[in-house]
Amino acid sequence: MKLLSKATLVAAALVLAACANPRGGANDYEYGAGAGISSTALGDPGDPASIAYFNTTIGDTVNFAVNSSDLTEQGQIVLRTQAVWLNRNPAYSILIEGHADERGTREYNIALGARRAARVEQFLIAEGVSAGRIRTVSYGKERPIEVCAAQRCWDLNRRAVTVVSN
Amino acid sequence: MTQLTRRPVLGLLAGFAFAPGAALAQTPLRIEITEGVIEPVPYAIPDFVPENGAAGQYAQSIARVIANNLSGTGLLREIPASAQIGRITSFESPVQFSDWRAVNTRALITGAVRVNGNQITVKFRLFDVVSGQQLGDGLQLDGNTDAWRRMAHRVSDQVYARLTGEAGYFDSRVVFIAESGPRDNRRKQVAIMDQDGENIQYLTDGTALAFAPRFSPTGDRILFTSYDTGFPRVYLMDVSSRRRQVIGDQPGEMTFAPRFSPDGQSVVYSLSVNGRTDLYLLNLTSGQRWQLTATEAIDTAPSFSPDGSRVAFESDRSGNSQLYVMPVSGGAAERISFGQGRYSTPVWSPRGDLVAFTKSLSGRFHIGVMRLDGSNERILTSSYLDEGPTWSPNGRVIMFTREEAGGDPTLMSVDITGRNLRRVRSPGPASDPSWSPLLP
Repeated sequence: MKLLSKATLVAAALVLAACANPRGGANDYEYGAGAGISSTALGDPGDPASIAYFNTTIGDTVNFAVNSSDLTEQGQIVLRTQAVWLNRNPAYSILIEGHADERGTREYNIALGARRAARVEQFLIAEGVSAGRIRTVSYGKERPIEVCAAQRCWDLNRRAVTVVSN
Repeated sequence: MTQLTRRPVLGLLAGFAFAPGAALAQTPLRIEITEGVIEPVPYAIPDFVPENGAAGQYAQSIARVIANNLSGTGLLREIPASAQIGRITSFESPVQFSDWRAVNTRALITGAVRVNGNQITVKFRLFDVVSGQQLGDGLQLDGNTDAWRRMAHRVSDQVYARLTGEAGYFDSRVVFIAESGPRDNRRKQVAIMDQDGENIQYLTDGTALAFAPRFSPTGDRILFTSYDTGFPRVYLMDVSSRRRQVIGDQPGEMTFAPRFSPDGQSVVYSLSVNGRTDLYLLNLTSGQRWQLTATEAIDTAPSFSPDGSRVAFESDRSGNSQLYVMPVSGGAAERISFGQGRYSTPVWSPRGDLVAFTKSLSGRFHIGVMRLDGSNERILTSSYLDEGPTWSPNGRVIMFTREEAGGDPTLMSVDITGRNLRRVRSPGPASDPSWSPLLP
């Protein structure tokens, strides 16, 4: 229940936090510029409107069961918190990455990652986040966050990550 | 440009020694690969005879490339030079078969090489040592010296065909993914090499993640999926010019798992949008595309039948991944896999009678084959992660990706009999092989 209390605290903090929109700067969120370099100011993790705050305090990741794209209860709590934050900080763009563990074929895992990312997207939209801000991508099993041939890593790698940028 | 012409030395390649009516004292040498060879047939391939000084550097190498091919089939076993009594000093001199019988050789390959400028001529003959008969006619290959390996592969294909009665597969290439770097941030480049691991070239520079390249039916183009724009998209590349283009998607869509139709005119692939993954068909000439499936399920890994009329694919519409076949013209998909476990990546055999697939069962992954009605399932391999079968041009061998727990992926091959599991040479970690047809 550690996660729940943290999320609750964060939600409370968000309500209390009266903050301006994230600083401006050029919009480098260019999907078409594969060779280009985009920069995103992470900001001060102590600033509730910063990307660093989102990544570390809100939590950018939800996990899934094997071959499933169903959101767990914990996952829904995290995503609700994400939605509150995203609605408070509407200038940020959102990319949802879907990932799979390595216990499947490459093609199926790309499709599974796409399904997971879409599930998160649909949840955030239902929580009021503008669909126009969100894009989704699947990496299948190509980008594990932990590398080991064991349950511990597979569990962590079945995930959707909400990547925020300005 | 690998210019390679074939010219029979002594008339047309015809009249195999084991043709009906050839009255031989012994059973003619013939390897029945369909029955699975338990005991490899012993053969000898002495260094080819260099017919001039410039041929010296090729005479041995060509024989070694051929021997590597033939021994690699598991159907043949080489009698090493150290055990040989016989000597081949002239291509046209009569063979002293008793010298070769004495060391229990069953087949003998002799050859000669001549080099003139950048032109190379390779000649060979194949003998049944026991009967003392030549198998097929002598054959001469002429080409550029740059093509010497291909000539060795062509000789290998001839020998294989004469011994087994089936087409060979050595003069072919493999397009695959060359992997490097840390496993959580893998560099993946599309690469191409000869089937024996030589002549590697990289077709992409590795700045973008790429996977699952597939050959066109003529071997001159490939399809693959790459993240150049940050999203998986299907690319079509001309192998010789390296020119490439994105095909078959619109903004907001992810495309992957492409394969050519047998006529090379169309591509079938997976398209994900809003979390749904369906099969699409794209006509490369008109650019028109059709949606083949429309389910909430994941439909992916499509593969055409050799006659182009049907598509095999995997779908989890039943709750977990299974194999299905549907008409290209649309219509109902019929499930063909009913065994335990999950079935993925069906690939139609060149003969059209089998599909190869990946099967996951009880925490292990397997490569297997089955008939198109799902009968006669045969599991050929087993490991932590075997996946992605591709057929040799003659439909006798399957290449695939193997990853042991915690290890790097490697390319492996196995006969469809389940015998002769071997590692395929690659420059480093490698995955997602696709075997070309025999080169023209």
